[in-house]
Amino acid sequence: MKVGVVVFPGSNCDRDMFHVLTDVFNLDAQYFWHEKGLPKNIDAVVLPGGFSYGDRLRAGIIAAHSPIIKDIQKLAEKGVPILGVCNGFQILVESGLLPGVLLKNNSLKFMCQWTNLIVENNNTPFTCQFKLKEKIPIPIANGEGRYFVDDNTLKKLKQKNQIVFRYEKVVNGSSDKIAGVCNEDGNVVGMMPHPERAVESEINPIDNKPSSLIFESLLNTIGVEN
Amino acid sequence: MTLFTISVTIENKPGISDPEGETILNDLVLKGTYKTVSKIKTAKMLKFAIKEKDKTTAETKIRKICDDLRIYNPMVSKITINVI
Repeated sequence: MKVGVVVFPGSNCDRDMFHVLTDVFNLDAQYFWHEKGLPKNIDAVVLPGGFSYGDRLRAGIIAAHSPIIKDIQKLAEKGVPILGVCNGFQILVESGLLPGVLLKNNSLKFMCQWTNLIVENNNTPFTCQFKLKEKIPIPIANGEGRYFVDDNTLKKLKQKNQIVFRYEKVVNGSSDKIAGVCNEDGNVVGMMPHPERAVESEINPIDNKPSSLIFESLLNTIGVEN
Repeated sequence: MTLFTISVTIENKPGISDPEGETILNDLVLKGTYKTVSKIKTAKMLKFAIKEKDKTTAETKIRKICDDLRIYNPMVSKITINVI
């Protein structure tokens, strides 16, 4: 069982993600440089956070044209679980794998704080171990984290159950307090908050168990006993 | 072939909030003596140098580049192209 961690120029949460996948959840993870291809038999792919290409032009847009994205699109069509966190979410949105766009926070500030998420869809490979409406204490760290969709797209997201996480309170001005969404099939999930910074009790002052369920959901989906 | 300089201005579509423009208006301009200003919108401008046979071809090519490579996000932004 292999999980790919994609590394772009400017990724800076790749090692945190790798550490959590391997040391905390005993998964066989491997780094993949964005110019390389992904093996066809990979079990899951994670696009970590960071500042790919220094957020130039628009967060995630340049990385969205990386060669590895074509492989990720193929894997997404096959139903392979794919998770984008923070900049990874921005890349998934800009590459068209997820709907919407991430704009500058209403405060115009880089926001680095603990928030609470509410699970709105527990039928994805990254949320299947949650109860609906379960609360997740989790940190955010972004400047362009305000998820925006137009009214028609928002209606579709609701109809097709594509809203995966909402913030408990208004945090940055996101449409309908959305913090994470999935594609129509549910196997591609993007979220702004950082689960890899919340699963260990040593660095989570509130409760590390809810965030852990994101990775336990993945373990459950790809058939690994932790 | 002629070298053309073409500017592409990327700005939010009407109805998409522009907190930076609002801050410049409310917290800088309107706090001074310039009370006749009613709106400020921020935008990003890219300047392309491109060699093409004529102005129309150059402009069409730049529009295609902007669309194909998603230089702007059509959900929230629009572009204005000007040959300088």
